[in-house]
Amino acid sequence: MALLEVKDLNVSFRTDDGIVQAVRGVSFKVEPGQTLGIVGESGSGKSVATQTIMGLTRGAEVWGQALFEGRDLLTMSRDDMVRVRGAKIGMIFQDPLSSLHPFYRVGWQIVEMIRLHDKAVSKAAARKRAIELLELVGIPQPDRRVDDFPHQFSGGMRQRAMIAMAMALNPALLIADEPTTALDVTVQAQVLQMISRLQEEFGTAVILITHDLGVIAEVADDVVVMYGGMVMEQADQVTIFTSYHHPYTEGLLQSLPAYGGERERLHSIPGQPPSPISPPPGCPFAPRCAYVMDRCRTELPPLTVAGTAPGHLSACWLPRDQATREELRRKVLGQSLTLSAEL
Amino acid sequence: MRLDETAAAAAEAGTGAADVLLKVQNLVKYFPVSSTKLIHRERDYVHAVDDVSLEVRRGETLGLVGETGCGKSTLARCVARLYDVTSGTVTFDGTDITKFSARRMRPFRREIQMIFQDPYGSLNPRRRVGSIIGDPFAIHRTARGAERNRRVQELMELVGLNPEHYNRFPAEFSGGQRQRIGVARALAFRPKLIICDEPVSALDVSIQAQILNLLSDLQRELGLTYIFIAHDLSVVRHVSHRVAVMYLGKIAEQAPSEQMWVHPRHPYTDALLSAVPLPDPEHAGQRERIILAGDVPSPINPPSGCRFHPRCPKARQACVEADPDLVPRLGDGADHLAACHFPVEDGEDISLSTPAIAAEQRVVESGLIAGA
Repeated sequence: MALLEVKDLNVSFRTDDGIVQAVRGVSFKVEPGQTLGIVGESGSGKSVATQTIMGLTRGAEVWGQALFEGRDLLTMSRDDMVRVRGAKIGMIFQDPLSSLHPFYRVGWQIVEMIRLHDKAVSKAAARKRAIELLELVGIPQPDRRVDDFPHQFSGGMRQRAMIAMAMALNPALLIADEPTTALDVTVQAQVLQMISRLQEEFGTAVILITHDLGVIAEVADDVVVMYGGMVMEQADQVTIFTSYHHPYTEGLLQSLPAYGGERERLHSIPGQPPSPISPPPGCPFAPRCAYVMDRCRTELPPLTVAGTAPGHLSACWLPRDQATREELRRKVLGQSLTLSAEL
Repeated sequence: MRLDETAAAAAEAGTGAADVLLKVQNLVKYFPVSSTKLIHRERDYVHAVDDVSLEVRRGETLGLVGETGCGKSTLARCVARLYDVTSGTVTFDGTDITKFSARRMRPFRREIQMIFQDPYGSLNPRRRVGSIIGDPFAIHRTARGAERNRRVQELMELVGLNPEHYNRFPAEFSGGQRQRIGVARALAFRPKLIICDEPVSALDVSIQAQILNLLSDLQRELGLTYIFIAHDLSVVRHVSHRVAVMYLGKIAEQAPSEQMWVHPRHPYTDALLSAVPLPDPEHAGQRERIILAGDVPSPINPPSGCRFHPRCPKARQACVEADPDLVPRLGDGADHLAACHFPVEDGEDISLSTPAIAAEQRVVESGLIAGA
């Protein structure tokens, strides 16, 4: 059984401008001990999806199911949720400075976390555990640094302290929302290495949310690509990078500056991400797609089997063979050229 | 477009002056910090930029990379004279502008422009886009009324914005479009030098590619010179002709872009390059990662000798004692400089090296990382 199974998750917010459909029918699974990478640009719904699972989206309208160890997190009572959150599912966010309370010592915050979930632990024992945890995540002189305030830590150390806190109760699942985006590359390498080591040691499953395909290539086992609140493609890591099917995945990979190629023009995806308010009826990527067909603008493509790799799904009407794909691309290119000539 | 060859040839002949647009010599910038001592005779200083010399040639892009706090943005702001320098000189297009007053700087302000990281913070949300882009004309009193409108609309067209959106507010534009507004504003007077301070860091990858393409098109069309600051090394590699790597206020290494990537000489450059996550799962597994211990030390009391020695896997006693010069190493050409006593040989794996200095001079970490 999957550790976490999200089924047809929908999240929307009522705003003055209309209903924001942040997440539209998202499904994915996380197996114990595995790393699931969720990639997508700003506004793709990747963070909202995971925050909803954790019960952190207030005022949202939510449908669907999120089964964690067989229990639905979305219908769970508040008290049950509090028991799961932190103890069974740990969470780390992008900005470690705003997730640590500036007023309390780092050690105190870890102690509070431990004692909140297990009142039987004495203060002294919890403090000892906090020091062990800080040592585990590679904070030098943990017995002294435990009494520091967050501002006395560097960015990398704060993120490690957050990880220490998230791992304090040995959760079965760690949700990391852009954990290294605010960090320098060398520190990012340290933190990613640490997450994978902790994962090996404790068998924790990880959901890693990121916009950086490089990070995905380093750590993820399975990948979910999101766009406009929907899953565009999902597969194992190697399939996503080598035999992707969805034009959005292709666009994302091609817009990266090649790490070894010539200095030429980058392939950019034209246009802007769609508005989450009253999205168009068809595929959300259709207005920017290089292969767009008439059908794409009216009919929403379902997530269907896309390749030979097990679990490779793609939400796209595009046929699988390369020849038809190329032909379509040339056709769309021709249309846009005549269009710009008329203008 | 590549001017490397001609510029390098000129430099070798010793007549580089004609090609050099910007020359920075022994630039030092210290920021005083308030002391916590009750009686403080001696003030502490943040050594933000410490004795940096470099040249930017006409028409090229110089990439400036380094981690948070390495002084790359401070250096850029000193060059643009947004900060006064502590010592050293900045020569722009043959004129020493280091000590120029605000009034004497004014003509140079047109020629040196900046593009900032945050397209949300750098545009006033309550002003219309047309008037934001028209600011340079208003400030320098060069065009007004219908003439100013016309020039603003030309600029908008140049950077790929719809000129009809002249009357909109910044909030009506997406992040990528806002960055185009920032570019349009910088281009108003056809500057010679544009300093791009992390221009694409806040943008999504698909939009990032649009802006990078725009910058390179503009460079080709208008013959612009860029100083391109970024922490994303693959972006820097993509846009730069030459790259300078900074660490703790000093230049660790400087070389033509490809040279730097293929033959990094400074162990810090090597570590930095190996830390970049590659979007290529097949090679990610094979690659040797050099994981540096600890964090960048405080720039208030930088380490003695080579500033990288506490974290360097190749550190020796000499590194603690003497600050290495920025010179060609291991028979490299005159344009590849590294400040290292024990430069990295081609094919050497520095993650196998162990530092040969006393433990108290090293940054040591406990736990998992030390066991790595």
